[in-house]
Amino acid sequence: MTTTPILEARDLHCTFQVRQGMFQPKRPLRAVNGVSLSIERGGVLGLVGESGCGKSTVARMLLGLQAPTSGTLAIGGQPLEEIGRRELAKRVQPIFQDPYSSLNPRKSIGSIITLPLYVHKIGAPADWRRKVEDIMDLCGLPKRAYDMYPSQLSGGQRQRVAIARALVMRPEIVICDEPTSALDVSVQAQILNLLLDLQKELGLTYVLISHNLAVVELIASKVSVMYLGRIVEEAEGQAFFRQQRHPYSQALLASVLTPEAGLGVPDAQLGSAFPNPIDPPSGCTFHPRCVHATELCRTTAPLPARDADGLVECHLFKDTVPAGYRDHDQGVRL
Amino acid sequence: MTTTLSVENLRVSIPLSAGVLHAVRGISFEVAKGETLCLVGESGCGKSLTSLALMNLLPSRAKRDADRIEFDGTDLLGVGERGMARMRGNSMAMIFQEPMTSLNPAYTIGNQLEEGIRLHKGVSAREARERAVYLLEKVGITAAASRLTQYPHQLSGGLRQRVMIAMALMCGPDLLICDEPTTALDVTIQAQILHLIKDLQREFDMAVILITHDLGVVARVADRVAVMYAGEIIESGDVAEIFSRPTHPYTQGLLNCIPVPGKTRHGERLGTIPGIVPSMIGEMAGCAFANRCSYAQDICQQHVETHTVAPNHAVRCVRAEQVRTVAAGSLA
Repeated sequence: MTTTPILEARDLHCTFQVRQGMFQPKRPLRAVNGVSLSIERGGVLGLVGESGCGKSTVARMLLGLQAPTSGTLAIGGQPLEEIGRRELAKRVQPIFQDPYSSLNPRKSIGSIITLPLYVHKIGAPADWRRKVEDIMDLCGLPKRAYDMYPSQLSGGQRQRVAIARALVMRPEIVICDEPTSALDVSVQAQILNLLLDLQKELGLTYVLISHNLAVVELIASKVSVMYLGRIVEEAEGQAFFRQQRHPYSQALLASVLTPEAGLGVPDAQLGSAFPNPIDPPSGCTFHPRCVHATELCRTTAPLPARDADGLVECHLFKDTVPAGYRDHDQGVRL
Repeated sequence: MTTTLSVENLRVSIPLSAGVLHAVRGISFEVAKGETLCLVGESGCGKSLTSLALMNLLPSRAKRDADRIEFDGTDLLGVGERGMARMRGNSMAMIFQEPMTSLNPAYTIGNQLEEGIRLHKGVSAREARERAVYLLEKVGITAAASRLTQYPHQLSGGLRQRVMIAMALMCGPDLLICDEPTTALDVTIQAQILHLIKDLQREFDMAVILITHDLGVVARVADRVAVMYAGEIIESGDVAEIFSRPTHPYTQGLLNCIPVPGKTRHGERLGTIPGIVPSMIGEMAGCAFANRCSYAQDICQQHVETHTVAPNHAVRCVRAEQVRTVAAGSLA
């Protein structure tokens, strides 16, 4: 493992100051609270967690749309600040969830996909049409779609346009934020197949944000589970789906409804409430919902423990890991 | 089992400038007391319009037509708008998809919970309040009494959906229609809400119609399944039978499309259904799925009957028997 990871984040924090009422003072909301990530070139990082856990804020920071409060981000070993906005857009591109609102309804498909080339002055304008048609072909769009408008396309075709627009710049990293959750079942399969093919063909690196764990299992080579702004477990994709270590990961997997008749609805015993991120619980933030919670969990936050299988942040695991493997960020825990 | 709702040959059509859109094209089904029927299909297949048609809540230009809609022994086609208004929220209730938009932001939770029961049952304010607190506790909301004075924006998505369920149950309905009740929620909350619906169904002995596009939800919740495609029920039957021996090529295609944890291998290509749904404007002859079906022959252009291929398993496909043999062969 001597290669530099293509994407590396160290101890990212993002804190918003929010007001809860008109005359209330502002209070800090720690949306992302010390997240470290790294992905090898050609890998797929699956980022999972419930809504409000901060996964979309991480995505926005990776895209340079949201500046981290503290922490560092590097792409190909180069810090984000050195890269600059234009260069970053060439290397990291997003695909959003809803293909109905992410495309301008008044522009033709051709001009939507050409726009990044125009903005970044890539190649000669005479070549643009050919480039765009190539990428449309690669994304499974017919040539006649070039002069059509988003309203004339189906949801699946629109998502293909969004993918083509992201890939026309030939980025290294694509951030997919729930790329299939707005689509129908049969269309979802087509888009997932396309993402898999494109990854092989173009050697792309994906950051896949999804709450659909079946999709994550299919595509991701590495999984990070987020809970209230922290990564509570990280593991290789296949190992993770064989055996989850953090109680929260176990509960997430237990909640998945596989299409097998007769099994009934599982009970993950999670309690009802996702905690308010402005007022996080003391100690381990997961303890109010955890079946294994002890007195220690209520008072003391666990430290991330890293071993050969990945990382887990839970008191249940601190003794199984040699002290030397513990992460160094003890001082920055808030 | 007593039949709560029986529907025969329900049709919904919407006149458009380009012609008449036949959104629901002659579907028939029954739900019994204590039973869960899942209507499953992709967007545009007419499953939501079916539920609105049952409640007579269709948009004004859509036309409802049926041979018979019988609910608890009453003919719904004959009761008129006033009669329907007496039943809606009373003996038949509905839970909608978006808990964010289906609660009124200007009224407290308590107000919205109590309105229906006071109107329908004429109970006192105190009784209504007690029932509201009782049901909020039933759906797993802590500190129920203090929630009554809160507004929807003060609750999370999961809590709002629980309030919606409590509201639907206020008058003790015989039929509960859930239109994508968990689509907007997290997986963990989804499991809890479905659990809750099943528990309450058992306790109040309700008939439940659950509309969804998620085959995982169907498999875990349904007693019986009706698969819809282009406004028709193309396959229906017991849930175990449908999932173990799906017979219509469309149902088979749908089941091949979804990644299954533990079964689909990492990086494996998923099955797809080629082509797109046909336009539903104007009359349609023959099988609506024929243009996407790998089994299609000339005979599929003619009128398609529904065949019973096993007890409690009906398929609307001319070649049902052959498809079934082929599928069984590929499994062996």
